[in-house]
Amino acid sequence: MPDIYLDNNATTKVDNAVVDVMIPYFTEQFGNPSSIHRFADGVARGIKHARSQVQQLIGAEHDSEIIFTSCGTESDSTAILSAIKAQPNKKEIITTMVEHPAILNLCEHLEKEGYTIHRLPVDKCGRLNLEAYKKLLSDQVAIVSVMWANNETGTIFPVVEMAEMANEAGVMFHTDAVQAVGKIPMMLQDTKIDMLSISGHKLHAPKGIGVLYLRRGTRYRPMLRGGHQERGRRAGTENSASIVGLGKACELAMEFMEYENIQVKAMRDRLEQGIVEQIPHCFITGDLDNRLPNTTDIAFEYIEGESILMLLNKAGIAASSGSACTSGSLEPSHVMRAMQIPYTAAHGTIRFSFSRYNTMSEVDEVLKVMPGIVATLRKLSPYWDGNGPVANPEQAFQPVYA
Amino acid sequence: MWDYSDKVKDHFFNPKNAGAVAGANAIGEVGSISCGDALRLTLKVNEDTEVIEEAGFQTFGCGSAIASSSVLTEIIKGMTLDDALKVSNQDIAQELDGLPPEKMHCSVMGREALQAAVANYRGEEWKDDHEEGALICKCFAIDAVMIEEMVWANKLRTVEDVTNFTKAGGGCAACHEDIENILERVLKERGESFNPDAAPIETPVIAEKKPLTNLQRIKKIEAVLDSLRPQLMADGGDVELVEVVENTAYVNMTGACNGCQMAAMTIAGIQQRLMEVLGEFIKVVPASQMPKLVTIQEASHA
Repeated sequence: MPDIYLDNNATTKVDNAVVDVMIPYFTEQFGNPSSIHRFADGVARGIKHARSQVQQLIGAEHDSEIIFTSCGTESDSTAILSAIKAQPNKKEIITTMVEHPAILNLCEHLEKEGYTIHRLPVDKCGRLNLEAYKKLLSDQVAIVSVMWANNETGTIFPVVEMAEMANEAGVMFHTDAVQAVGKIPMMLQDTKIDMLSISGHKLHAPKGIGVLYLRRGTRYRPMLRGGHQERGRRAGTENSASIVGLGKACELAMEFMEYENIQVKAMRDRLEQGIVEQIPHCFITGDLDNRLPNTTDIAFEYIEGESILMLLNKAGIAASSGSACTSGSLEPSHVMRAMQIPYTAAHGTIRFSFSRYNTMSEVDEVLKVMPGIVATLRKLSPYWDGNGPVANPEQAFQPVYA
Repeated sequence: MWDYSDKVKDHFFNPKNAGAVAGANAIGEVGSISCGDALRLTLKVNEDTEVIEEAGFQTFGCGSAIASSSVLTEIIKGMTLDDALKVSNQDIAQELDGLPPEKMHCSVMGREALQAAVANYRGEEWKDDHEEGALICKCFAIDAVMIEEMVWANKLRTVEDVTNFTKAGGGCAACHEDIENILERVLKERGESFNPDAAPIETPVIAEKKPLTNLQRIKKIEAVLDSLRPQLMADGGDVELVEVVENTAYVNMTGACNGCQMAAMTIAGIQQRLMEVLGEFIKVVPASQMPKLVTIQEASHA
């Protein structure tokens, strides 16, 4: 059986149809869209078309609200830095404890420069407390940035409602929607969301292309100044091939929206049910009733994530983990810590994330190998004894920590 | 994913001595706070000879933690406790054909479990003697605690100082921002402020003024190498002076330094230090690049 890819929240395969529309923009249509001659004509038209395809997918009112960037992180940084530049007197930012590092590390940096960062906590299911959020909104807050869906657990946050609340308090609202766009339907023109980040490679477009949605009328300061590209809001010659590719990917995401929410979700559900039924001492993390259709994050108690991934990899299955050892920084997942997942489970979390390219037979294959992998590692674990965890695992094994 | 050697993979996929040893009389339980891994080592020690007859491990941890545990049990089986205590974390890593710098603490955890087990056997209490912080310099595997301690102890002021004292930041230089952050914090606590342009702190060595004879030069070079040796040996390596021809010193890098991708950096560091102490230009070159030696007879016929 060919390798099984269940790490689509990390990145996705570029759709063949996307590659096909891109190719001419490397060769025949190589002109600079800003030029006057006919080498540029087709490129400018291609970009215009892509802009409207993105607009359709997210339900923006105007196509000029779409600014092409180089990635989700650039969109996130542009949004937050724009808000604080445009409102220099406001020195507070509201975000959550479970954001992507693209937001968290920027906020940590701004904290050093004197900003007050409010990081909203989550409960054990990864949900926010909107009452606490409401209390923080004030005329001191420059921007609220809350992700639409969490990359690890898939938990969806009530950003539409939160944007309304921010708007009432006169506060700008940004959402990092890189995991949500293309997986859940959205109609931004009916919301109060001011800015939204998209990353191309999360929805079958190439890496190196992103979008910042900027609601018309939102006060804005560019991060990259220079040429007049993107109406002066993001200077730099357009990545025309990738822009055209992203447009096509958005069109396809629109077409497959129903498939994503029915068939893809069915594969995800079957996998997690099968695992929970077959394997003792494991549980699904996040808000089970309110998640992305493609994501499941399962904590296997008493074993460690990287070990699980290495054995999965040997079986030809790709997934990812919230374990400390799989991140270059050796930090355990901040999302699992924020949800207060016990230490012996947080290190053994595995995220399976699907796409429309997965099949039910792949799910069956994972279900076939997973119990054996978990059993193998538990045999090595000091917290495990024969067929179950040792009695009082926390007391039975008390290592001295360095 | 990590670039694990085949040996690491082999010990992970086919671990040796997994599980607890029945009737163990030495048990060590340690964990590494930096990554949450933990290890229980159980040994059966012959009470007459103090030879480790059986060793078993149970590990809650990543691939390299399991591989380090497995290889450790293989190394120490058949050793006396005293010999086993001499096994360093470098020995464990070396036996695995190396570990990524981020994962060196897995081998440290193995050594600590061994110390804890021996202490347990001897009825002593084992205490960890080093604190481990976030990894800052990935080229030389130097963590934040180490840098902070050195900044305090030696009143370091600049990134250059930190590099001179710990090697941190002497490779790819990507960690200089993190080092500056540590300096900023410590200097603030010390009541000073961080100035990136501050002069490097003065080293107690005063450069010689008079020209040196070759014999003096060789003696001085040997003295400098001796002073650098503990640092090299801490990394499992060593250096040997082979020949000095005019202002070129030919050296052999041995042990872990031999073949280490940072050997060139180390040589550059030695050269810098030699020039500071000798007060003259010295080129340090690996002995492998030395022109072929000739005997006195051959030379006289040339």
